[in-house]
Amino acid sequence: MSTLSLRDLSVAFDGTPVLNGVDLDVEPGDLRFLIGPNGAGKTTLVDAVTGLAPATGRARFGAHDLLGKSVHRIARLGIGRTFQTATVFEELTVAQNLDIAAGARRSVGTLLRRRTRLPESVSEALETTGLADVAERKAGELAHGQKQWLEIGMLLVQDVQLMLLDEPVAGMSHDERQATGELLRRIGAERTLVVIEHDMDFVRSFARSVTVLHAGQVLSEGTVEQVQADPQVQEVYLGRTTTASQEA
Amino acid sequence: MNISPRLRAPAGFAVAAALLFLAAPLVLSDFRLGLLAKYLCWAIVALGIGLAWGRGGMLTLGQGLFFGLGGYAMAMHLKLADAGDGKLPDFMTLYGSGTELPWWWEPFRSPVFALAMVLVVPMAVAAVIGLAVFRRRVRGAYFAILSQALCAAFAIWLVGQQTSTGGTNGLTDIQGFFGYDLGDPKNQRMVYFIIAAVLLALMIGVRQLYVSRYGELLVAVRDSEERVRFLGYDPALVKLGAYVLAAGMAGIAGALFVPAVGIMSPALIGVVPSIEFLIGAAIGGRASLPGVVLGAVAVAWARSSLSEQFPSGWTYVQGLIFIVAVAFLPGGLASLKKYVVRRPASVETPAQPARKPAAEEVPA
Ligand SMILES: Nc1ncnc2c1ncn2[C@@H]1O[C@H](COP(=O)(O)OP(=O)(O)O)[C@@H](O)[C@H]1O
Ligand SMILES: [Mg+2]
Repeated sequence: MSTLSLRDLSVAFDGTPVLNGVDLDVEPGDLRFLIGPNGAGKTTLVDAVTGLAPATGRARFGAHDLLGKSVHRIARLGIGRTFQTATVFEELTVAQNLDIAAGARRSVGTLLRRRTRLPESVSEALETTGLADVAERKAGELAHGQKQWLEIGMLLVQDVQLMLLDEPVAGMSHDERQATGELLRRIGAERTLVVIEHDMDFVRSFARSVTVLHAGQVLSEGTVEQVQADPQVQEVYLGRTTTASQEA
Repeated sequence: MNISPRLRAPAGFAVAAALLFLAAPLVLSDFRLGLLAKYLCWAIVALGIGLAWGRGGMLTLGQGLFFGLGGYAMAMHLKLADAGDGKLPDFMTLYGSGTELPWWWEPFRSPVFALAMVLVVPMAVAAVIGLAVFRRRVRGAYFAILSQALCAAFAIWLVGQQTSTGGTNGLTDIQGFFGYDLGDPKNQRMVYFIIAAVLLALMIGVRQLYVSRYGELLVAVRDSEERVRFLGYDPALVKLGAYVLAAGMAGIAGALFVPAVGIMSPALIGVVPSIEFLIGAAIGGRASLPGVVLGAVAVAWARSSLSEQFPSGWTYVQGLIFIVAVAFLPGGLASLKKYVVRRPASVETPAQPARKPAAEEVPA
């Protein structure tokens, strides 16, 4: 597996800097949480890595340079992402969604034929994400949480090595969050995960390591305890951290 | 009648075949059958529009370009064959210098070359346009306007080339079709059967495409192009496939239109006809296979019979129906199917023109 390595990564929109020289390494097998206040640039960082936002500096995944590559080429290197608002193919069934995600390397001949049965990776993903019961339902009919799980399932069949998840548990109930966290842990055993989230309870429960982003820069990095003990982080997260430490 | 979903499509094709090959020739006069042949050509264009627009989301408002390219390829060959070995088509001797065939006409003496060009030219042109346009992520209204502009440019160019393309008149008065005299009603029937067979074969092919993985992928690209990109596909190539196939179908339709009607002209392929190609598909239901075919035939039939009674009104009626369909029924009439509760969808069949014509009209 490969390391994601960012050096002096910067993004500006219309001259306004949004990411400002970010240095970041994510080792293979890590379950890294990317936290920070709204507008800190978390989504933009994922956009830059996946080819959506034009960036300067350096972004490497293993031996591959990412900057300047088109979105679908980066995806083919084994980097997958989800979006803040779940985007699945609403008109297609859950199984069809997964089947499409599994197929970017299919030949024209295979594409032109009908799908006779589900590929094994799709059946596995249906089990892993707990969506087997709704496999034949249209994705547009799924509940919010299920859509996020479907997105994660699509990354599983895509067989990505690096998963970038943008607020996967936003808007979920407590139970759904718990289930999602456990799902992340299970799938994290074989791949690298970067999860954007700002709910500290969730981060504490599931993060292996944490990077705090603030105003386009890395503010702090380490384990949950190290990061929470950082005075700079406490300043940015004043309200939350105080409550959290009182609870703890 | 309760038909299991697995059998619905084959049953639909069987009924369509029975109507096209048995009922229509038995019931319709030669004249009406000739009109139906023309409508079926437009249905072939609509089939491609269903693929590119209905399933692929590309608002193909300029299919006249490809219809014309296929049509002119066929018409050039037939004009040369009419003229005979080494001779010039009639209009060239009338308007042109009358001595020499333009170099790009010469290869069309060969029937094989001409037939190949019916497919190759429209598809190659579509490939070039598609690559340029989809790579730059031109979409929606911009794509539609560009398609219209190209189609208009082609029609204007044709009009300007009086001596080599027949100008405004186009290539008219085509007599023969690969050795068969088109003046003979028997041969006209043969042309009808060829067109019906091609339509049916293409419908089966397009249905295969719809149920294939490519068909699912195309819908995914239509609904969320960006998302598909992140799965590692190049959506431009996915769209290109459907666009090029749709252009090929329009080319075939244009080529078949020539023996059916005996003419190919700029007025048949310009901006207005290109919009009309789309209206039937929109009304019938652009994403539905029977929807586009039935819609195209029904609108063409309504146009010819209503314009007899309300010559000027039809344009407005047509525009109104189009707007109502797009605004209130984006899935077209085919989408009404799901409101028919608990009754299996009846097998769709191509609509037939009225059996008792009010007045015979001259084919366009
Ligand atoms: N496409 C864009 N154009 C202009 N500004 C943008 C764009 N995307 C994000 N921004 C700005 O960049 C900043 C960081 O946004 P974002 O990365 O979405 O933050 P986060 O995900 O951490 O909440 C915000 O101030 C936002 O307004
Ligand atoms: Mg964000």
